[in-house]
Amino acid sequence: MTAPRTLFDKLWEAHVVVPETDAAPAVLYIDLHLIHEVTSPQAFTELKARGLSPRRPDRTKATMDHSTPTLPAGADGKLPYYTKAAETQVETLARNCIEHGIELFDMASPNRGIVHVIAPEQGFTLPGMTIVCGDSHTSTHGAFGSLAFGIGTSEVGHVLATQCLLQRRPKTMAITVDGALAPGVGAKDIVLHVIGVIGVNGGTGHVLEFRGSAIEALDMEQRMTLCNMSIEAGARAGMVAPDQTTFDWVAKTPRGPKGDAFDSAVAYWKTLRSDEGAVFDADVRVDAADIRPTLTWGTHPGTAIAVDAPIPAPADAADQKGLDYMRLSAGQAVAGTPVDVVFVGSCTNGRLRDMREVAQVLRGRKVAAGVRMLVVPGSEIVKREAEAEGIDRIVREAGAEWREPGCSMCIAMNGDLVAPGQLAVSTSNRNFEGRQGPGARTLLASPLTAAWAAVNGRVSDPRELFDAHKEVA
Amino acid sequence: MAALREVRSKSVVLAQTNIDTDQIIPARFLSTTERAGLGKNAFNDWRWQADGSPNPAFPFNQPENTGRSILLAGRNFGCGSSREHAPWALTDLGLRAIVSSEIADIFRNNSLKNGLLPIVLPEEIVQSLMERPDDELTIDVAARELRAPDGSVFGFPLDAFAQTCLLEGVDEMGYLLARHTDIERYEATRHAR
Ligand code: SF4
Repeated sequence: MTAPRTLFDKLWEAHVVVPETDAAPAVLYIDLHLIHEVTSPQAFTELKARGLSPRRPDRTKATMDHSTPTLPAGADGKLPYYTKAAETQVETLARNCIEHGIELFDMASPNRGIVHVIAPEQGFTLPGMTIVCGDSHTSTHGAFGSLAFGIGTSEVGHVLATQCLLQRRPKTMAITVDGALAPGVGAKDIVLHVIGVIGVNGGTGHVLEFRGSAIEALDMEQRMTLCNMSIEAGARAGMVAPDQTTFDWVAKTPRGPKGDAFDSAVAYWKTLRSDEGAVFDADVRVDAADIRPTLTWGTHPGTAIAVDAPIPAPADAADQKGLDYMRLSAGQAVAGTPVDVVFVGSCTNGRLRDMREVAQVLRGRKVAAGVRMLVVPGSEIVKREAEAEGIDRIVREAGAEWREPGCSMCIAMNGDLVAPGQLAVSTSNRNFEGRQGPGARTLLASPLTAAWAAVNGRVSDPRELFDAHKEVA
Repeated sequence: MAALREVRSKSVVLAQTNIDTDQIIPARFLSTTERAGLGKNAFNDWRWQADGSPNPAFPFNQPENTGRSILLAGRNFGCGSSREHAPWALTDLGLRAIVSSEIADIFRNNSLKNGLLPIVLPEEIVQSLMERPDDELTIDVAARELRAPDGSVFGFPLDAFAQTCLLEGVDEMGYLLARHTDIERYEATRHAR
């Protein structure tokens, strides 16, 4: 009888090419390698310098998302790139993909979008895979029961050249969330709450497995939101065991397995769960009923608190610096803070469900005077599907901007910037100083919370939307 | 990668905790297809004032810190993104070692591939070193030791493989390429399944 194994153990063992020893890390096989324009050019340069070419271009997929404009081409047919360097970066990726026969979702593709949105959409992301990308939010793909993590550019080169990585086995942490979520509370609130509990470095060295009845009840889009932010707790990766919800998603993808191949894959995928009695290196339990709409008050994602809770007294000088930067004070609630900018989008919350939540709030309402709101779908497919439901019209009629797909204001590389000193409520994943532009102040929140803040012109509790007495829903 | 056996230097102190990769190198400087020349943008928004002049209060702008190659940093240094631009910027700035009580996983990994030593020591030791940045410290990779001039010696953890790579200048790409028969065998058996 074999000892009970965790989901992580099963994924790890299935991909070991050469086992780990004291003297050397394991050689781990990578099933899917995703690349984008920002972290790949130097890797291709390195390959060229060594006279190498990619080993498995068929296992590599490319998209352009970070440096790309979210405004359409002008009358001259030219895309409004923010800088010449941004355009060069995008062109460099296209050149590298053509040269090496790598499938690229370029600016003309009807399926382009943020790397972590399009791979699950296409059916490239599948349960049981190892998936890497030169991007820390690769953890998103763990929502399908895959082992997915971010790597640096040197490692992008390693995977291009050998389809393998050198890895030491990480530790495991179970995060069990049981119970039912209150109306107005979603996956973003769960993950911000969890990071608040374990801390911005609480997951360092670990792979997280989210489990429990509240997690099983989430749809795939919400599970992606959850796993996306595992890295914000310092974790290597986050994952959710695949189940019928997962299989149903994959069945609808254009590029996932079909027919007999799908059936035999599902039979294997059903074995991908942590065995009864499997032991994790750490165990965290959260009661879903304790989770309220959650936002951050400081300059790292661990500064998460409920919308109506008072900001805690600073624990150290860094907390104080964060508060000063945010121009907030301990003792006050985040609710009520005046808002300048609202951003809905990113690989955390740029999928159809998120667009629908925003439309639900904005329908028949207006964005408050003086607030700039940007809604940026995560992919061309999300954009088309949302437009088919009339979401673009609802967004525009409310006075918000409906943009072309891309990372946009999440990382502010493409010219979509929060101005210095402005306060943004953002559905993205990082509130670091200057992340959304020099001097920008960011509060991380769910799409519902963000949209409700846009309407009210100040941070507000989205549970009000579900309060029958107020009849605002 | 060139071999790195020893670092000997006084230190620069950034005591703040959770210094993230967006502080080390803000995203707007990632629109490059090169890896060289990022040092001028290291800690950009702390180092340079709005008018482009140096912020005199920032340690890397202080003349006594010129040429120092060890950074003593607060807990959880390098959290955030996977951008290898972070260690590229720091080595371009002249750093060879980061000493902190916790260093984020991906940053640590990226640093080792670029001859930047990530050294994790207990919080109280990092604190005590921060109190005497003018001590010339010696970091001995072979012995996995950091030595202070008062004779104190602090062992630090360093993965055996990473240590070999640093001492001998071995590069991981070469190591992986040499495993090609194992990789072929793995691909063959896996596809048969
Ligand atoms: S949306 Fe933001 S976090 Fe996601 S890949 Fe783009 S820049 Fe990174």
